[in-house]
Amino acid sequence: MAQKNIYEYDAKKLIASELPKYYPDFKYHNKLVIIDSETDLEKAISENPWINTEKVVVKPDQLFGKRGKANLLLLDASCDEMKDFCYSNLDRVCEIGNVRGALKRLLVEPFIPHEKEYYVSITTERDGDLIHFSFEGGIFVEENWDKVIHVPIPLGTDITSFDLRSKLPDLGDAKGVLIPFIKGLYQLFVDQDFTFLEINPFAITGDNKVVPLDVKARLDDTAMFLHADSWGNPNNPIEFPAAFGQTMSEKEVYIRELDEKTGASLKLKVLNPVGRVWTMVAGGGASVIYTDTIVDLGFGEELGNYGEYSGNPSREYTEIYAQTIIDLITETPDPAGRSKYLIIGGGIANFTDVKATFEGIVSAIRNSVEKLKKAKVKIYVRRGGPNEKQGLELMKQVGEETGVPIEVYDRYTHMTRVVDLIKQAEEAGGI
Amino acid sequence: MVDYELFNRNTQAIIYGFQRNPIQRMLDFDFVSKREKNSVAAIIKPTQTAAISYHNVFFGNKEIVIPIYKTLDLATKKHPNADVMINFASFRSSYETSKEALESNTIRTVIIIAEGIPERQSRKLIKIAEERKKNIIGPATVGGIVAGAFKIGNTAGTLENITLSKLYRPGSVGFVSKSGGLSNEMNFMISQTTDGVYEGIAIGGDRFPGSKLIDHLMRYEANPKIKMLVALGEIGGTDEYAIVEALKNKKITKPIVVWVTGTAAKILPKGLQFGHAGAMADSSKETADAKNRALREAGAIVPESYEDFDKEIRKTFDKLKQEGIIQPVEDFEPPAIPMDYNTAVRLGKVRRPTDVVVTISDDRGDVPTFAGIGLDTIIKDKKSIGYVIGLLWFKRELPEFAQEFIEIVIKLTADHGPAVSGAHNAIITARAGKDLMSSLASGILTIGPRFGGAISNAAKYFREALQKGMNPLEFMGYMKNVVQINIPGIGHRIKSVQNPDVRVQLLKEFVLNNFEKHPHLDYALEVEKLTTSKRNNLILNVDGCVGITFLDLLENLDFTKEEIEDVIHSEALNGLFVLGRSIGMMGHVFDQKRQRAGLYRQPWDEILFTD
Repeated sequence: MAQKNIYEYDAKKLIASELPKYYPDFKYHNKLVIIDSETDLEKAISENPWINTEKVVVKPDQLFGKRGKANLLLLDASCDEMKDFCYSNLDRVCEIGNVRGALKRLLVEPFIPHEKEYYVSITTERDGDLIHFSFEGGIFVEENWDKVIHVPIPLGTDITSFDLRSKLPDLGDAKGVLIPFIKGLYQLFVDQDFTFLEINPFAITGDNKVVPLDVKARLDDTAMFLHADSWGNPNNPIEFPAAFGQTMSEKEVYIRELDEKTGASLKLKVLNPVGRVWTMVAGGGASVIYTDTIVDLGFGEELGNYGEYSGNPSREYTEIYAQTIIDLITETPDPAGRSKYLIIGGGIANFTDVKATFEGIVSAIRNSVEKLKKAKVKIYVRRGGPNEKQGLELMKQVGEETGVPIEVYDRYTHMTRVVDLIKQAEEAGGI
Repeated sequence: MVDYELFNRNTQAIIYGFQRNPIQRMLDFDFVSKREKNSVAAIIKPTQTAAISYHNVFFGNKEIVIPIYKTLDLATKKHPNADVMINFASFRSSYETSKEALESNTIRTVIIIAEGIPERQSRKLIKIAEERKKNIIGPATVGGIVAGAFKIGNTAGTLENITLSKLYRPGSVGFVSKSGGLSNEMNFMISQTTDGVYEGIAIGGDRFPGSKLIDHLMRYEANPKIKMLVALGEIGGTDEYAIVEALKNKKITKPIVVWVTGTAAKILPKGLQFGHAGAMADSSKETADAKNRALREAGAIVPESYEDFDKEIRKTFDKLKQEGIIQPVEDFEPPAIPMDYNTAVRLGKVRRPTDVVVTISDDRGDVPTFAGIGLDTIIKDKKSIGYVIGLLWFKRELPEFAQEFIEIVIKLTADHGPAVSGAHNAIITARAGKDLMSSLASGILTIGPRFGGAISNAAKYFREALQKGMNPLEFMGYMKNVVQINIPGIGHRIKSVQNPDVRVQLLKEFVLNNFEKHPHLDYALEVEKLTTSKRNNLILNVDGCVGITFLDLLENLDFTKEEIEDVIHSEALNGLFVLGRSIGMMGHVFDQKRQRAGLYRQPWDEILFTD
């Protein structure tokens, strides 16, 4: 995946270090502190004495916006107020846009008194970038989206000689600050391979200094190799955090670690631990289609996981991956005694050796016969590719030898037909 | 070539990156498709030193070569008709190499295989392509195929799959998808539900693919041989709306069956990576459901779920066939490709006799073995050089006295001063500025009947004498009257009975003390008694002693008579001398090189000039 969100803290730090190259008048205070449950608050304050001497802002830095509306924004606060806010909010579970998650990171920065809030963002399109600007920044920008001016910047434009002023409305006194700031910001955006950057709002202080207040940004993580001297430093790369509320279970972490060790791909996300339909699908494209079809045929609520294995993983890794999914599906047999279904699916592989990967899956099945029977798991297999005949034969054999119900289909059966077969089995009352 | 075609049966490609397997797979496809010319014109390997080298591949049964160039520039000059470049360069260098190809005058289409190219770089490439009216497929793709005409790299997998999916001849369906991983599945499914694929392209899963679904669909629309379109879209982005527009504007008139994947995203947690890089819905318009709906409303054939995709494709095809729009396709049995030798070996389908039999060592395992003994054991157990020689020369673990004997001989023969022919030659060659190997070789080359020959000759004649049962006196007569040479191994320039050679004494002593039996030495000492009675310097010399005691060594080992014959016949004795003396000759070479000694020229006063 190319576009990845970064923390507001990191975005501001990146702007602070890079923007003055293009806009030397940018004199950012660079006073930013992250407080998490590990932080020694008193120590943080003594290391950042401005917290004590200035008024501060405190807000969560966990990739979600609309913090003011969610009552998670502390403005113009004293040091004690900041401490109270931290104590009462850190590790607190709250719900943001239907996602429940714990507040883990709070960003503290100086409170900047200001009258006017400006909006600027930059987005990318196929043939160019877009600069979006508005005088009506802040929380009302979405309601006032018609007031936002969109300036297309064709790819390869030399922004320094680009006539930005004529594309924007009369900026009044602020033009001397705004034009070079936006141009500098655009250069930063291009040179650092941002894919999205939104400063909403930013303020202009009495001494004509621009101060970004809230920042949201995404970087193109595939460009990391080009930025070893800034955010892509291999010894200290920027963090690409998971979305708010997304935590990983032990098994998911285990598979991710496995994935990092191999050139092949192993992915797992548990959606519903007590779900009755689980998938172990080869290939990213096929895994999406199986998941779609399970949902489209009405099993969305029963879907246990999303994941895929691909890139010709070794027999051993495939076995570990299969064992993990088998452990998950058999963990809690259905309280009502209904059947569970495991789809070992995939399209016709280009080069992944079906026999070798299936050997791994088969030994996981052999190691789990009692569990599978106890949880009433029925397995549906569909696959094609190199050594498909031998691979599918292995599956048939393990079914016959162990008594685990396994139905095996080859390339002549439509890829997702097994989902329809599960539907029919369900309608007939399971196994 | 017409505009709507990127590839046909005459298309030739330049492959960037030395990719043996995809190249052979392309040629195998060419062969089963009965192409006249193979589809790979040239290979670019920037890391090679030579401007041009060659790679041999099979075109059916025939072996042919494909030139490998160091630069694209030279390749395009030599192959102006190759208008496709398949770029296997990594994500780090793909931008530069793709740019170079797009900016060349001969390359019309660039396929970018690498995954993980920065978006801004992809967008710059797209801009260049648009300005120069070039085509890009990818990045992050396996490529595509025009059935029976041209196959990009690894597309369509194994030959078996190509045959099963009937990709060796054109059908009537133009197919395009984002996913390359699913292209095999789709090609096969289309071959089962229709008369097969005419062209199938995977544009790659990036947010900014070099060419879009619509670009290929418009080409298919323009291609009279394509009768129906199949497309597989994906959640995220708005490219599918271009298809909606084209349908509304009647720019697409051929029947099109489409499915946009990612309908399940609505029940998945936000932010979960679901499929490709581009597969993330930023707005409700970008969801799979919205796109499927819009496509259906615009007149595309959109199933209720992927589960019915095959049925809709079959239905659409059958209708076109009924209407007479599609004529039966001409099928043929694709020519068989011989199995690769390596594959056949793996499957146990072939056998061939070997050309070389080796019985002394094996380097195939974790640790090399000498006569079955692991090198690690040899080192750990601190085995001697004599032991190693025993393993490699005689295939045995020699007893300690034998190991020691061999080492004594090596020491004794290691050097004999600078004046003997071997050292002299080595010195002269080294001083002529030649390398170690040449200098050593020129020294070794003097070893023969006169230099070092006394050792093997002594062994030869004393052995013969003993075998024929001659007494020492008969032997002396035989040498004098029949062979007509002095007895090899007898006589010394300076040393005599009164002034014995300490080297001979030490060797004799060792043999007498350590060998259970020593018939040859005993015999030689009898002969020596007679010769020294004639003249006191006709003693057993060091060459003779080495040769003769080596025969005794063989008598004391568990060798059969025949094995002893083999050892002598194989010149093991010469081997010992060469081995030992090489130490000294190399020493002389190093000595001269250390001194930076200049070219040696024999002084005139050493030469008599005369006619």
